[in-house]
Amino acid sequence: MFTVRELAQPESIEEAYVKLSSDPSNVLLAGCAYLRLGNKKIDVAVDLDSLNLDFVTEETDLVEIGAMTTLRELETNPVLRKNFSGILPRSVEHIIGVQFRSSATVGAPVFSRYGFSDPLTALLALETSVELFNGGRLPLADFLVKPYSKDILIKIIIQKDGRQASFQGFRNAASDYSLLNAAVSHLDGKWKVAVGARPMAAQIAVKTSAAMSGGSLSAEEAGAMAADELAFGSNAKASGEYRKALCKILVARAVREVSQCR
Amino acid sequence: MQINVIVNGKEFGWEVAGDEFLADTLREHGFLSIRQGCDTSCCGLCTVWLDGRPHLSCTVLAARANGRTVTTIEGVQPQAEAFARILAAEGAEQCGFCSPGFIMTVLAMSRELKNPDESEIIHYLTGNLCRCTGYMGQLRAVKKFLEEAAQ
Repeated sequence: MFTVRELAQPESIEEAYVKLSSDPSNVLLAGCAYLRLGNKKIDVAVDLDSLNLDFVTEETDLVEIGAMTTLRELETNPVLRKNFSGILPRSVEHIIGVQFRSSATVGAPVFSRYGFSDPLTALLALETSVELFNGGRLPLADFLVKPYSKDILIKIIIQKDGRQASFQGFRNAASDYSLLNAAVSHLDGKWKVAVGARPMAAQIAVKTSAAMSGGSLSAEEAGAMAADELAFGSNAKASGEYRKALCKILVARAVREVSQCR
Repeated sequence: MQINVIVNGKEFGWEVAGDEFLADTLREHGFLSIRQGCDTSCCGLCTVWLDGRPHLSCTVLAARANGRTVTTIEGVQPQAEAFARILAAEGAEQCGFCSPGFIMTVLAMSRELKNPDESEIIHYLTGNLCRCTGYMGQLRAVKKFLEEAAQ
């Protein structure tokens, strides 16, 4: 369990950022579900709970999700069930249980790039940007490869461009971590293939996405190509070899599902 | 720090530490129905309602309960007893350690879902572990409880 010497509960994002930046060891508190698995000794913990960052808003061409929006809200919010082929609710619905999802937030796995994250993979397959207090707005795929810096994720912005999408995950047991997950989307001949829980953080299979957008790959060929293109690692849940085999299947399933919606 | 919280309809002012979780605070103040069966936010035993919605009290910082309402099984005795009787009659109650958290989740589900089918019930209750009885008896009891509530 982590310990905290001082809990700061700022009432503005500016105040939170100043507190966070005042010492390199200061830590942000979001849902706390992952943080409490470790035994970090935190000097100043900056609580994001009072900053009104839990929201889902729909505009004509985009949907914005506040960083402190819970996974349960992601699962049940009508806007998210209606848009993006419902892959955001689908990506979180098997994470532990309802009560857990009522605490865990979407901002933490995105900002901290949790390798095991299911929603991160789904978001990556959509036209998604992130808005950081200090770093401004940038595409999610660019954010994921940038070096870490102290900042506060404010919201996630997803373009409502009408793409069809599918999310696939594989678990050894219901509510356990995904051994691997994949999300695929398609719009006007352009495909995006994202694979996560490799166990490294989600990544777009750039070559596979380009080859599919070029034309003639079958679902099985797309799966095989993504499995060859991406790197997979081993941990207590599964070997890299097993994940590579799963990648072929999950990407192919996602491509087939999207193809049937076209 | 001081928090002001309404637990089961009664106001309390409690001194809590910044890294203290609600489950420990509630137990310290006599709400002994709160149990913890894991230390990984996975078992569901510590479930309480926060502003009417089920949460893992082991994962909610006590400081975040400030100004909010908390409901434990002590606060919903009539409904809890009605369900517990069915649970016992279906043979789905043995050591009872997981029962408060499980019952709070079932009661939350009955408030949130309208006429849930079996897959919706299982989905809502996943993450509530019971090591004694298996889950078939629990499922029978939940269905019976919802049927009786609907009549």
